[in-house]
Parts: sequence; C-alpha cells; structure tokens
Amino acid sequence: MSDYPLPVSHVIDQSTPASERSTLLEKLHEWVVTVDHKRLGILYILYSTFFLLVAGAEALMIRVQLAYPHNHVLSAQVYNRFFTMHGTTMVFLVGMPFLFGFANYIVPLQIGARDMAFPRVNAFSFWLTAFGGFLLYYSFLGGAGLYGVGNAPDVGWFAYAPLTLRAFSPGHATDYWALALIVSGFGTLGTAINIIATVISMRCKGMTLMRMPLFTWLLLIVSMLTLVTITPLTAAQFMLLIDRYLGGHFFDTQAGGSSLIWIHFFWIFGHPEVYVLVLPAFAIANEIIPVFCRKAIFGYPAMVAASVCIMFVSLSVWAHHMFTVGMTSVSNAFFTLSTMLVGVPTGIKIFNWIATLWGGRIRFTTAMLFCIGFLFQFLIAGLTGIMLSVSPWDWQLHNSYFVIAHFHYVLVGAVVFCIFAGIYYWYPKATGRLMNETLGKWHFWLFTIGFHITFDTMHFLGLLGMPRSIYTYQPDRGWNFLNLVVSVGGLIQGIAVLIFAYNVIASYWRGEVAGDDPWDAWTLEWTTSSPPPVYNFEEEPEVHSRRPLWDLKHPDDPDWEYES
Amino acid sequence: MSSIPVSHPERTVEWHLPNKRRVGMTALIVGESAIFTIFVVAYVFYMGKSLSGPTPAQVLEVPILATICLLSSSITIWRAEKAIEDDRIGSFTVWLGATIALAAVFLMGTAFEWKKLIYQDGLTISTNLFGTTFYSLVGLHATHVVVGMFLLTSTFVLSLFGWVDSRQSERFGVVALYWHFVDAVWIVVFTVVYLIGR
Repeated sequence: MSDYPLPVSHVIDQSTPASERSTLLEKLHEWVVTVDHKRLGILYILYSTFFLLVAGAEALMIRVQLAYPHNHVLSAQVYNRFFTMHGTTMVFLVGMPFLFGFANYIVPLQIGARDMAFPRVNAFSFWLTAFGGFLLYYSFLGGAGLYGVGNAPDVGWFAYAPLTLRAFSPGHATDYWALALIVSGFGTLGTAINIIATVISMRCKGMTLMRMPLFTWLLLIVSMLTLVTITPLTAAQFMLLIDRYLGGHFFDTQAGGSSLIWIHFFWIFGHPEVYVLVLPAFAIANEIIPVFCRKAIFGYPAMVAASVCIMFVSLSVWAHHMFTVGMTSVSNAFFTLSTMLVGVPTGIKIFNWIATLWGGRIRFTTAMLFCIGFLFQFLIAGLTGIMLSVSPWDWQLHNSYFVIAHFHYVLVGAVVFCIFAGIYYWYPKATGRLMNETLGKWHFWLFTIGFHITFDTMHFLGLLGMPRSIYTYQPDRGWNFLNLVVSVGGLIQGIAVLIFAYNVIASYWRGEVAGDDPWDAWTLEWTTSSPPPVYNFEEEPEVHSRRPLWDLKHPDDPDWEYES
Repeated sequence: MSSIPVSHPERTVEWHLPNKRRVGMTALIVGESAIFTIFVVAYVFYMGKSLSGPTPAQVLEVPILATICLLSSSITIWRAEKAIEDDRIGSFTVWLGATIALAAVFLMGTAFEWKKLIYQDGLTISTNLFGTTFYSLVGLHATHVVVGMFLLTSTFVLSLFGWVDSRQSERFGVVALYWHFVDAVWIVVFTVVYLIGR
C-alpha cells in the first residue's frame, strides 16, 4: 500500500534457531515479569478486551431481560447486579485500560523514546489495575460474606449514598466495589504520572511540544486530567470505607452527614472521567483521519488549544448530573452554561476533522470507516448533550433512557468506535500482520447498524418516559416494540464483536504480512520494524517537523519549511 | 531487527528536557493535592454540623510546638539538599538527621493529641461528624508524614553507611520535594482544623 518504499535493511536475522525457542512456561514468565512498554500495552489491551466481552455479555443479558414486558430471565436482584457490574466494568476495566494500553504502546514510539520514564512503575501500575479488576469480579464468589445476602455489587455504578451504607448494603459486595476501584485507581494514577513524565522528559531530539503528534499531546492532557479526576473518587471511596468499617458518618444522614456530598464527590470524578475516556478517542482519530485522507491535520494548534480548553472546562461541569437534586437557580444556571461551553472546543475539533477530510484522497479502510462513524455519532452525542445541559429539559428526562442513549452514544459511538479504529490501525505495528479487511468491513457495518438500531431507538424510549435501572415494565406502557428493537440491535452488535474477536485472533497467524509502514503514515512509530524491537529505535531519532516520516520520504519537500 | 535512522545532521538542535523524576513527583503531588482537597472540603462542609459533642472548641488545642517543628523541617531538608549538591556528606547527614528528629516530634505531638482526645475526651472516629472528619483529615496527613519519614530514614541509614554522595542529589531532591509538599499541606490542615474550625 505504501507509495514510497522505505530503505529498511534487516541486518539482524530475526528467526531464532529451534533449539533456543522458549517453552510456553518461559514465555508466560517473560510476559508476567516484563517491564517493556509494548508488552505492557498489549497486556492492557488483552485485559480490557476480555472485560469488554464480559461486560458486553452482561449488557446482552440486560437486554434479553428487557426484550418484552414481565420477562423473568433475570430476577430483580440479579438485574441490579448486572447493570452495576456492566457500568463499573465498562468504565474502569474496559475504557481506561484500553486507552492506557494504547498510550503505553504508542506514546514512547511516537516520541522516539526507548521506553516509558519509569518502566517498573509501569508494570506495577498494570498489575494493580489487573488485580483491581479481578478483585471486583471475585465479588461474585466472595461478596456474600457471612451474611448470605447478595453477592456482586448492586448499587449502580455511581453507588449513591445512603444506599451504600451498612444498613442498606450488608455483606461485602459494596466493599469489593470500593476496594477494587481504589486499587485500580492507584494503578491508573501511576500510569498517568508515568505518561506525563514520559512525554515531558523523554522526547527525542528536536521534538518540541508543538511538534508532538496529536495522539501524544492528547494523552498528555488526559493524564493530567486523570491526576485530578481519579483521586477525588479514591478519596470518596476511602470515606465510604470509613463509614462502612469504622463507623464514620460522612454519608450517614442520621448523624448529620449528607448523602448529597457523595453525589458531588462522585460526579467531580464522574464527569471529567467522560473526557478521560473520550479525549484518547479523539487522539486516535487525530492520527487516523489525516493518514487516510493523505493530508496533514487541519489546524494543529487549534486542536491542541481546544483539548487543553476541554481539560479545564470539564472540571467545572459535574453538577449537570444533579439538576434534579434541587440546587439553587444560580447553580443550575452556572452548570447549564459551563456544560454548553464544552461544546465550543468540541465543535472546533469536529470542524477541524471535517476540514481535514475536505479535499483529501480518502482511503476507506476499516480504521477510517470507524473514524467516520465516530464523527457522525459524536456529533449527535454532542447535540443530545447540549439538550440535556438545559436544566428544565433535564428535569423531564433525568435518569430516563434518553440519558442512557446519550451517554452510550458518547461511550460506544465515539470511544468504542475509536478503540476499534485504533486496533485496526496499530495492529500491524504490534503484530507485523494486517487484520483481515473483509471481516473488518463486516465488523464495521454490523456494529454500526446494530449500534444505531439500539441507541437511536433508546432516545425514543426515553422520550416516552422509560426510566433507567428498572428490571421490567408493564405491557400497557407502549414500550414493548421499541424495547424489542433495542434488544435486537444489541444482539447484532454482539455478533459484530465476535467477528472482531475472531479477526484479531485469526489475523495473528493468517493475516497479510504488513511491513514496517503499511499505511504510508508519518509518525515515528512507523519508522521502526513491525513488531518493534525491545529497544524500539537503533539510534535515537531526530525530528524537525510534526511529520518526521514525511520529511524522510520527501526530502525535496519537507514539512519544516512550512511550520514556524 | 532494524529501524530507519531518522536524523538530519545538517539541522542539529540544542536539546534539554526536564528531569523525569522531578516531573513524576510533581505529577504525584498534583494528584495528592486533589485527594487532600476532597478531605478538606468535607471537613469544611461538616464544620459545626455534628449532632452531638464534643465540639472542636471543647477539646482541640492548637499544636504550636508540633507545627513549628514540622515547618522548620522544611528548612533543615533544604540545607540537606544544598549539602548533598556540594558533596558535603557529613553536613548532609546532620541536616537529614535533624529533619527526621523534627518530624518525629511532630508525629509524637499527633500521637499524644489523639491519645488525649480518645481517652480523656472520648472522641473517636465514630463519635460524631467532627470525629469522622478530624481523624480522616489529620490522619491522612499523618500517613503522608509517616511515608516521608520512611523515605528520609532509609536515606539516612544509607548515608550512615557512606553509600550516598552528590550523584544521588537529584534523587534526594525528589524526596525533598515530597517533604515540602507534606509541610505545605500541614499549613492548610492547620488553618482549617485549628484556626478556622475551632
């Protein structure tokens, strides 16, 4: 596919003689003790793919239960556990590890470094995150404790007080929830610190901040946001555990405590968290769209400025989740306006992507298709977001399926789409083989169709008044047909994800050999071999523009002549 | 395995980047500040909302000696930093020892304060909102002092064995940065708990 074959000479024989091949056990050991950022990145991605399948299965069970009224596939109790675990898993064990997996793999390669700033902290963070995930799922076995009540957490992913206090949630389920998130939160914090130190202190010669690839820029911003986002949750979880174990009164209304303050603390984490998830999705789109349009990204400085702006504004919008708790009119107005304000930098980004597409020679690979799907869906997600930011509108639709549809449009329509795009784009770099494009197109179309059948319909269910978190409904509410449609769409998405999983596995052995630069791209990760050697680069690269590989391929027309 | 050498010898540049350990510690401090902010907000939010006694005005005494000790430990650790940069290891060990001693006095102060509160005044973490927020916030800070003590003491032991010299000054600078943060947080905690909240 590359227009310009690169002068790569494979001087060292890569094949290992049969006598030196390691056994399975030795290989496993190597992966467990590894501190290599690329292996850790792959571990992150495998880990989150596993939980994507688990939480996806939970979502499908939820949809089976809701497919028609008075269904009894799940009991009310199990239903509560499933939507709690689905939400918690998707945010903490799928979204963040996926994005940190990408960051781990790509960031050092893009800035021309040989590893992260603190490789051992990196490994430690991954294993903390992994341990947190398995701790959460162990609650299915251990959550009942000695009380014989419930097992997995069933308090919703936002776990509002006072429902989480001992009196209303006996047993250990809620403790598993809190502890697992504290543990994985420390892992996340470690990775965020690591990415910041890597990007600031490990860049190769000549890579000034304004020459960094946008992926790296956005991951730097996300990591900074993570520092002040995940830590309030950790603090609030500690308070919850103090209440549950030491008899504290933070959220105990009978002793003068306030359940409202938990809601504040949770959303001080919870809303910036959305940007922690979606900014890396933007980051992936920022890499893929220019490469497959054969144009440099439009408005690079505006993209950076908009991302920094989103980081700051996103810290002041949390209470738009709380319009219905009864805040003052001033607070309602403030949070309505600040939420609308986020639309401005986000809009700048959308226009920049469209301007990048404009006049480009677009190549519709699977990665690019997912990015285009992302553009459409993120636009709609943003528009419903602005609708919900208007507090009187929110009063009508709060905790209805309209809200569910809105945030799934962001988290699936934008984040998951970009994650898929990123996997199709960087898979050849990580494995040396391309993913099958035919299966990829099947995956894309099935997933997109399923997505729209499910989540477009959910908006209407919300407008018809269906609330979230109900395990069944009366047949005379007029929701029967739409619910069935939503469930069918979920099934189609499930099939698409299975095709994707098969494609990932099968392409590892049978995929077309990719070469070092299959997409004719411009950033540094494509200058090294696929998969890259442990040391990434034989000699430290030196860059003079935002597209070092373009400069190398076009010595007659280098970028540095146009960039200030 | 190989990669394409990406360099343009005719366009070489001066290249200097910040120290990665310092950047990492700064990032950690930003994250820790957010944790402290949440606990401080909770403390301020619940000020005077306890439904039963004892109240802060009844039982809290301003820990002047402990505060002076902790704040002056920032000066001694700064002296230690200067000493290790100039490779004056003897002086470094003395200043470091002084820092540890001052921090120990601070922790002793907290220990006696808590002993008095628990045994004489009957205030525990579950007594009322004041107890819950007080022990959480002051305890969180004390935990950070203990972690800092561990870092300082291990450096101190290493320097007694003669294993520390100016090559480690950069790493020690990171420990010192953390210690300054612990001191700065105390100024906030002190102001909120002992000056405003009493």
